[in-house]
Amino acid sequence: MSTFKLKTAKPAPLSQVGVTGWLMQNLFSSKLNTAFSFIAIYLLYLIIPPLLDWMIFSADFTSATNNECTREAACWSYIGFKINLFMYGMYPSEEYWRPNLLLIITVAFGIIARLLKGNRYKNKVILSLFFIYPFIAFFLLYGSETLGIAVVETHRWGGLMLTIVVASVGIVASFPIGIALALGRQSTMKIIKFLSVFCIEFIRGIPLIIILFMASVMLPLFFISDIDFDKLLRALIGITMFQSVYIAEVIRGGLQAVPKGQYEAADAAGLNFVQKMALVILPQALKISIPNIVGSFIALFKDTTLVLIIGLFDMLAIAKLATSDADWLGRKTEGIVFVAIVIWVILFLMSQYSKTLEKRFNTEH
Amino acid sequence: MFDFLNNNKVRFILFQLIVIAIVLYIGYNAINNLGFNIERLGIRSGFDFLDTRAGFGISEYFIDYTIDSSNLQVFYVGLINTLVVSVIGIILASILGLIIGIARLSKNYLISRLANAYIELFRNIPILLQILFWYNLALSVLPSPRNSMALFDAIFLNLRGIYLPKPIAEDGFIWVFVALIVGIVAMFINKRRFAKKRDETGIRTNTIGYSLLFVIALPSVVYFAIGAPMHFDYPSLQGFNFKGGIAFSPEFLALVLALSIYAATYIAEAIRSGIESVDQGQTEAALAMGLSYTQTLKLVLLPQAFRVAIPPIINQYLNLTKNSSLAAAIGYADLVGVFAGTVLNQVGQAIEVLLMTMAVYLTISLIISLILNIVNHRMRIIGLNP
Repeated sequence: MSTFKLKTAKPAPLSQVGVTGWLMQNLFSSKLNTAFSFIAIYLLYLIIPPLLDWMIFSADFTSATNNECTREAACWSYIGFKINLFMYGMYPSEEYWRPNLLLIITVAFGIIARLLKGNRYKNKVILSLFFIYPFIAFFLLYGSETLGIAVVETHRWGGLMLTIVVASVGIVASFPIGIALALGRQSTMKIIKFLSVFCIEFIRGIPLIIILFMASVMLPLFFISDIDFDKLLRALIGITMFQSVYIAEVIRGGLQAVPKGQYEAADAAGLNFVQKMALVILPQALKISIPNIVGSFIALFKDTTLVLIIGLFDMLAIAKLATSDADWLGRKTEGIVFVAIVIWVILFLMSQYSKTLEKRFNTEH
Repeated sequence: MFDFLNNNKVRFILFQLIVIAIVLYIGYNAINNLGFNIERLGIRSGFDFLDTRAGFGISEYFIDYTIDSSNLQVFYVGLINTLVVSVIGIILASILGLIIGIARLSKNYLISRLANAYIELFRNIPILLQILFWYNLALSVLPSPRNSMALFDAIFLNLRGIYLPKPIAEDGFIWVFVALIVGIVAMFINKRRFAKKRDETGIRTNTIGYSLLFVIALPSVVYFAIGAPMHFDYPSLQGFNFKGGIAFSPEFLALVLALSIYAATYIAEAIRSGIESVDQGQTEAALAMGLSYTQTLKLVLLPQAFRVAIPPIINQYLNLTKNSSLAAAIGYADLVGVFAGTVLNQVGQAIEVLLMTMAVYLTISLIISLILNIVNHRMRIIGLNP
C-alpha cells in the first residue's frame, strides 16, 4: 500500500526573493525599467562622487589660514573660524550668553508645556508663559538700562539669531492680524469684507521684496520723523504685513471647514459673536489649520533670507560678506553651502513635524 | 432708551461707521505727515521724473536703450526683462516639473527616490540662496570667452553668458506669420467640425494630423515659397568678446536656472497629487468599458488629474513671476533691480516709483488669477442639476 508522501515545496525562484528578487522587481522588471535604472545610476555617478569629494574627502578641515587651505575642494576651517559670525552676527562676543540663555529658556518652556499634559492648570500656565516670553526675549536680546543689562543695538544683530528672531516675531505678530482679516473676509458686513479682501489680495499680489522696500523706504515718510525707525523694526513690520495675509488665508480655510451646523448651534444657544467665535468656531478652525500654519511658517522662514536686500545681516548676508574679507578671499561657495545646509536641516525637520501633525489631527475615519 | 443698540442691523451700521472713521483718520494723518515730510526733506513729487535722463548704463536690454534714455524707458526695459525671465522660467519649470512629477510616481525604485530627493532638497532651500549659489557657481566654473564651450560653432557658453544665433527676418517674413495665424484659426475650425461630427454620429476622428498640417506645414510651405526670407546672425569671437547673436548674461542664466529648479519642485508635487487623486476604480472602470489604455489616459485619467493639478501649478507660475524680483540680489536688470533700485536711489521719489512697480505686479497677479478663474470654470464638474 502506497502512502501519500508530502513533497517538500520547491524554494521560490531566485528572481522573486531576497536581494535579487527586490532588484528584479524594482529596477529591472522590464526593458524600459532597466534603461531607466541605468540612467539613474549614471546620474548618481555624475553627481555624488564629485560632490562627496568636494565636501568631505578632499576638503580641508584644519588649515589655519586661507593660503594653506586647498583650492580644489571645500575649506571648512573658514566656517570654523567664522562660526560665531554665522550664528550671532556682530553681536558682542562677551554677550553671547544672552541669546544662548534665551534658547535654553525657550527649550525649558517647551518642556514645561509638555510635562503639563493633562494637568488642569495647563492652559493657564501655557498662556502666562506665552505672555511673559516676549518680555524675557526682548530684555535678554536688546537689554535695558534700568535692569542693568547692556543695550545691544539691533544693527549688531545678525546670523542665525536674526533669522530666528525675524521669523518668530513675524509668525506671532501676524497671528492676531491674520485671524482678524480672516473673520473680516467671512463677515456679512460689506465694508468690513471689502477692506479685508482688499488688504489680502493687494499684499498677496506683490513680491515680499517690494513690501520690504516699502517698509524701509516709504513707511518712515508716513510718520512724523521724531520717531526713530529702527531698521530691524521696519523689516519686522514688512514681514508681519506680508505674513498676516497668508495666515488669514490659511485660517479662512479652517473657518470654511467647520461644519455650518456649528455656527447655527452656537447662534441657537444664544451666544454673541465674540463668544461664538472664541468658544466654538475658532478652536475648531485653528485645530484644522495647524498643519497649514506650520507650512506657512516654513515659507516665512525661507522668506526671511530676503532681509539681506534691505541691509540686515542674516546668515546669507554674512556668507556674501566673504567676498570682502581679505583673509578669506574666494570662500563664498563654502559660506553659501554651509548656510544652505543649516537652513535645509531646520526646514526639513519642520516639514517632517508638520506631516506628523497632519496625521495626528486627521480625525477622519 | 438705548434699546435700538440691540438691533443687529443698527449694530452692523454703527460698527462699520466706526471702522470707516478709524480708516479715514489714519489715512488723513498719514497723508498729512507725508506732505510735511516731503516738504521738509525737499523731495519732489509727481511723475515728471519719468521724462528726465536716466544717466546710467544697463547691461541687458531687449528694446533700445542708451545712457541718455529717459527713466520711463528704464521702466520698460526692466518690465520686459522681468517678463522674459518669467516666461522662460515658467516654460523650463513646467517641463522639469512634469518630468520630476512623473518620475516621482515611477515604479522604478531608484527613479522615484531620486525624484523625491530632488524635491526635498530644492524645496527646503530658500530661493534667494539658490540664486546666489548658481550665480557663484556660474562665475567660478565657466571658462573665459577664449575657451568658450561651443555647440556646432553656433552656441557659445562662457563667463560672459550664453550666445545664441539670432534669427533676422527679411522683407516678406510677415507672410509666414500671417500663414501661421491662418493655420491656427483653421485648426480650431477643423477641430470644431470633427467635434460636431462626433456629437452627431459618435465617430471619433484623430485630428492631430490635420492640426500639424495647418500649424506647421502651411507656414513652412509659405516660408519656402517666398524664398526663405530669414537668416541667422551667428555670434563670433572678436578680440576678447563675442559679437552678434543673442546674448544672455550669467546673471540671467543663474536666475532662470534657480527659479525653474525651485518652482519645478512645487509643480512636480502638484502633478503627483493630481495623478494620485484619481481613484484606481476610474482606471479599472474605463478599461472594463473597453476603452484602450490611451483612451483611458486621455479621456478619463488626465482630465480628472488636471482638475486637481492645474490650480496649484498656475499659482506657482505667479510665485515664479514674483520671485523673479529677487534678480536685484545678483544685479540682473529686472524691474525691481533697475527701476525700484537704481532709479529710486537717483530720484528719491519712493512713493511714485514703488507705486508703479506694485501696479505692475498687481496687474500680472490679476491676469493670472483671471486665467485661473477661467480654467476653474471650464474644468468644473458639470452636474445634472446645474
